[in-house]
Amino acid sequence: MDFLGDLFGNYTLRTVGLGAAFLGIVNGVLGSFAVLRRQSLLGDAISHAALPGIALAFLLTGSKATLVLLLGAAATGWLGTLLVMNIVKNTRIKYDTALGLVLSVFFGVGLVLLTHIQKMPVAAQAGLDTFLFGQAATLLARDVATIGALGTAVLLLVLALWKEFKLLCFDPDFARSIGFPVRPLDVVLTTLLVTSIVIGLQTVGVVLMSAMVVAPAAAARQWTDRLGAMVAISAFFGALAGVGGALVSSLTARLPAGPTIVLCLSAIVLVSLLAAPNRGIVWNWARERVNRRRLQTEAVLADLYVLAMRHEDLGHGHPVSILRTMSIGHGGVERSLEVLRERGLVRVTGGDTWSLTPRGLSEAGRLSGKREEGP
Amino acid sequence: MTAPQFEIQLIAIVVAVSCALPGTFLVLRRMAMMSDAISHAILFGIVLAFFVTGDLTSPFLIVAAALTGVLTVSLVELLNRTGLVREDAAIGLTFPALFSVGVILVARYAGSVHLDTDSVLLGELAFAPFHRLEIMGYDLGPRALYMMACIMLLNVLFIAVFYKELKLATFDAGLAAVLGFSPGFLHYALMTLVSVTAVGAFDAVGSILVVALMIAPPATAYLLVDRLSQMLAASALLGAVSAVAGYWVAHALDASIAGSMASVAGLLFGAAYLAAPGRGLVAIALRRVRQRWEFAQAMLLVHLYNHEGLPEAVRENRLPNLPEHLKWDPRFAERVVSAARKRGLVEVRDSLLFLTDSGRAMAMEAMVG
Repeated sequence: MDFLGDLFGNYTLRTVGLGAAFLGIVNGVLGSFAVLRRQSLLGDAISHAALPGIALAFLLTGSKATLVLLLGAAATGWLGTLLVMNIVKNTRIKYDTALGLVLSVFFGVGLVLLTHIQKMPVAAQAGLDTFLFGQAATLLARDVATIGALGTAVLLLVLALWKEFKLLCFDPDFARSIGFPVRPLDVVLTTLLVTSIVIGLQTVGVVLMSAMVVAPAAAARQWTDRLGAMVAISAFFGALAGVGGALVSSLTARLPAGPTIVLCLSAIVLVSLLAAPNRGIVWNWARERVNRRRLQTEAVLADLYVLAMRHEDLGHGHPVSILRTMSIGHGGVERSLEVLRERGLVRVTGGDTWSLTPRGLSEAGRLSGKREEGP
Repeated sequence: MTAPQFEIQLIAIVVAVSCALPGTFLVLRRMAMMSDAISHAILFGIVLAFFVTGDLTSPFLIVAAALTGVLTVSLVELLNRTGLVREDAAIGLTFPALFSVGVILVARYAGSVHLDTDSVLLGELAFAPFHRLEIMGYDLGPRALYMMACIMLLNVLFIAVFYKELKLATFDAGLAAVLGFSPGFLHYALMTLVSVTAVGAFDAVGSILVVALMIAPPATAYLLVDRLSQMLAASALLGAVSAVAGYWVAHALDASIAGSMASVAGLLFGAAYLAAPGRGLVAIALRRVRQRWEFAQAMLLVHLYNHEGLPEAVRENRLPNLPEHLKWDPRFAERVVSAARKRGLVEVRDSLLFLTDSGRAMAMEAMVG
């Protein structure tokens, strides 16, 4: 409970937690749209492309104020996105190559500027390299205010343009045909994505920021089929991982915040992929098992029905070996018979022989009738 | 130029060429982002192997890292096959997780040794000449040079031996499968090659700039040439140029060599994007202008031909009528007509426009197509 005491009592930790929660929420929301629009890797390009902007902003202004650096980051991040889209539009180079190209070249330019700044004879340059892997513990109340203001603006815009963005995600052609300005909307949504990525750079770092965009949304997608719910769950996951990772990292020596947050996110994704109802791997496996059992059981009932139709006497017993022969490839005859007996559809007529009960007869007739009139 | 400078450039060239060769196939097979995933994920393998062997120069590291690369590719495919996430998201989920584990291990437990988070991103090219390969007391040169030369040779051999299979599988995967070449084998062989190359280059240029050297030169070459063999050669050449030019830029700015190499590779791409013959932005713009003029010319001729010899020709085939009828700006109409007159397609008599014989022929050709 020391930890909780720390959390609420310690000013630094409260600041860090608040900042991480905010950027988690904002990225969870915007990430949902990015993942649904198959732009998962665009976040990677944007965050890497932001690095030269941070360095340039410092070189030009000499200031390390969060807002100045973030403006620089947003400018080059946005430029990178624009370049990706233009390269894809104007040449035969494909989307993935354009992404990789912009990502790595911008990052290279950023590193050149950063190493150049580090060799400069001014003391003020220290600390820019925390943008690489992120450092939660250095978040100040001022930074959190900046994050909060930008994040709130982003969230309000998403709310205001909710229906437009929804249409843009699921059916952009329809949106265009009924007169929505699809290109401007695309630009607005991309700009919001850039903003949400940029406000996370200080905490999570340039290198791993893309996970903050993709992971909460990919996890949330498993739990629901509705956009509203997905965005909400994604925001929650983002905040959870952000706060958890940032706090653990600030309390532990030599534990960079970015990777810690990413590991929290990965855990959430793993659990979601495995356990989410309806879509999760465990759920699917269980459903398949139940279905296979049901089909096996129905097959045995149908086999008994076929046999019963060939005999005058409903009570005539049929040996298990015959049923087993008829059901080659299905298996589980004994278990199916036991299940059917419990449901009162078949009964034992001798040592190893079985027959349908009257209820079983009508049930089997109903099933086979259903099958015949099926599509 | 001092001896270490020469050696650094030589290593840089070999690294760049080694990366450009498999990179060409990544670009053509739309798997460029796979290099991003692999180059990040191998850190995990390198760190694990380092903890086992305690030696950063052990060849075991390369094997472990290459295995991690292949593991990453398989994980992405596994995730993709569950149908729960799309392929781009599968890539975006896999490599940050593995990379994070690697970074945390480096930051926490390997801080005292020659492996830190800076060298993960920046590489150690500047220090490469200090690690010498010595056999029986003879100094044979920097160790990194020999390692990368081996990897380059491996890449060249693989591509030479499987050239036609790679070509077929890259441009027509369906046909390759029908003819009995296993697409899975080639895919994983290529991914192993990318992993091995990434591990070797990782030491020199760091994890993210490996991506620049794998993607940027082939992407540039893709804008310049149309044959696979030419693209491979051009990629290698562009990589080598980026390496040497990058070194001197870094020298001048006193900045990271790897970053400069990536920047120069990006600049070369930018130049090709602007000025590539037939495909660059300039060529595209020029072609659009030319097409606009040619189309306007054809419109004018067809318009005149339509009304030629009919009573309304007096009204229709006059310069002042063109802006209204063809929805042209009046100045544009004037320029089109004067261009057509210069080419001898149109004559002006009593302020009326008449087709010449060659103008009539062109109008008919334009209509028939």
